[in-house]
Amino acid sequence: MSTKVTVIDYGIGNLHSVLKALHHLGATVELTGSPQRVAAADHLVLPGVGAFSDGMKGLTARGLAEPIARACEAGRPFLGICLGMQMLLSESDEFGKHAGLGLISGRVVAIDAQGMKVPHVGWNHIAPPAGGSWPDTALDGTAPGTMFYFVHSFVAAPSDPKHRLAETPFGNQKLCAAVKRDNITGFQFHPEKSGPAGLALLSRFLSA
Amino acid sequence: MSSIPRRVIARLDIKGPNLVKGIHLEGLRVMGDPGEHATRYYEGGADELIYIDIVASLYERNNLTEVVEKTAAHLFVPLTVGGGIRKIDDITQLLRVGADKVAINTAAIRNPDLIREASRTFGSQCIVVSIEAKRRPGNNGWEAYTDNGREKTGLDVIEWSKRAVELGAGELLITSVDKEGTKKGFDLELVEKLAALPIPVIACGGAGSIDHVYQAIEKGADAVAVASLLHYKMETVSSLKTGLRNRGIDVRV
Repeated sequence: MSTKVTVIDYGIGNLHSVLKALHHLGATVELTGSPQRVAAADHLVLPGVGAFSDGMKGLTARGLAEPIARACEAGRPFLGICLGMQMLLSESDEFGKHAGLGLISGRVVAIDAQGMKVPHVGWNHIAPPAGGSWPDTALDGTAPGTMFYFVHSFVAAPSDPKHRLAETPFGNQKLCAAVKRDNITGFQFHPEKSGPAGLALLSRFLSA
Repeated sequence: MSSIPRRVIARLDIKGPNLVKGIHLEGLRVMGDPGEHATRYYEGGADELIYIDIVASLYERNNLTEVVEKTAAHLFVPLTVGGGIRKIDDITQLLRVGADKVAINTAAIRNPDLIREASRTFGSQCIVVSIEAKRRPGNNGWEAYTDNGREKTGLDVIEWSKRAVELGAGELLITSVDKEGTKKGFDLELVEKLAALPIPVIACGGAGSIDHVYQAIEKGADAVAVASLLHYKMETVSSLKTGLRNRGIDVRV
């Protein structure tokens, strides 16, 4: 039976490629901005490209923050992508301080360029943080070092190191590439634009 | 400057329903169906695809919507689409049918504010400013051209690139008109000058071998766009990337 997945539409960004990838994987995809539909969803995807404050405004104006939090607490598989991952955190510094959904404690901060080009655009390797591993996570089965497509200027800094699921090298730094708390996962990169490796991650999410 | 892994991008110039390839952006030869080529390049491991409608600005129209709609359904890497984009609505339309980014050349030169407006509306990550560069006579830098190297603009390429960055461009696609289609190698001096800009630079024009691509990367190109090399089957995406990796370049293979 095909998995039902609800993609949250909050009036921001280009959702085309996320929907296309989920359809391609055979999921039954519902695109909705309705709090009732989100509250009733099996699998939830929060996509997004753009500014943090616009994203949060889009969610709160539609009354979506509360049903998202409830679905997460109820243990429903939840995936945030790019801005959708960053909004899981407590707050962001992007163009002033803005509160996030607070489902993962921590902040979203500007990438410190340190001589590198920002935005971080392109394919980059991911690996577990020192001492971390991926069994029983959304990255289970992905070989450390696999490359995914990134495009971002801000980066998540979870306050609890155990919520940091993956990192990507950036000059002398390691940027947070994925977060996880219980049933909640966030990818900074775009699995829907990361070829077969990205589709494999979405497929794993759908089978959760 | 240290860099993240380099990208290899397949560039498809499109005229009407066909994939075409010229020399110095002229003398176009029909190479076949864009969808078939795009699929092959995606499956071979291209990091991104770029479609350029190369006669669009000449005829003041954009016919790529249909080609994108038909071909993008099974491509799961970023797709940049350019040619004939004149206003915000054109961008909205292309994103709606499956483009991830747009490349703007002629309209950006006529109306630089379009870069600012587009990057505010869609985010800088979505806006690639495309520049056609032709060497000036003497050792006198490069001039920006439009309409596939036919129309002079009077703008200096380096100055215009800096301005595009200030206006909010997310990436620059730099095509050397002198080298384009020649398979004789990139304009390495141009690549080196532009690679110093603070945003990613995609070098295009002249790739005829793995070594040419390697040289452009060595000069600092964040990404390279190749066309003839792939369309004429001199290399596959996979053999090109393997060759780069064997030369010590970090690419996705």
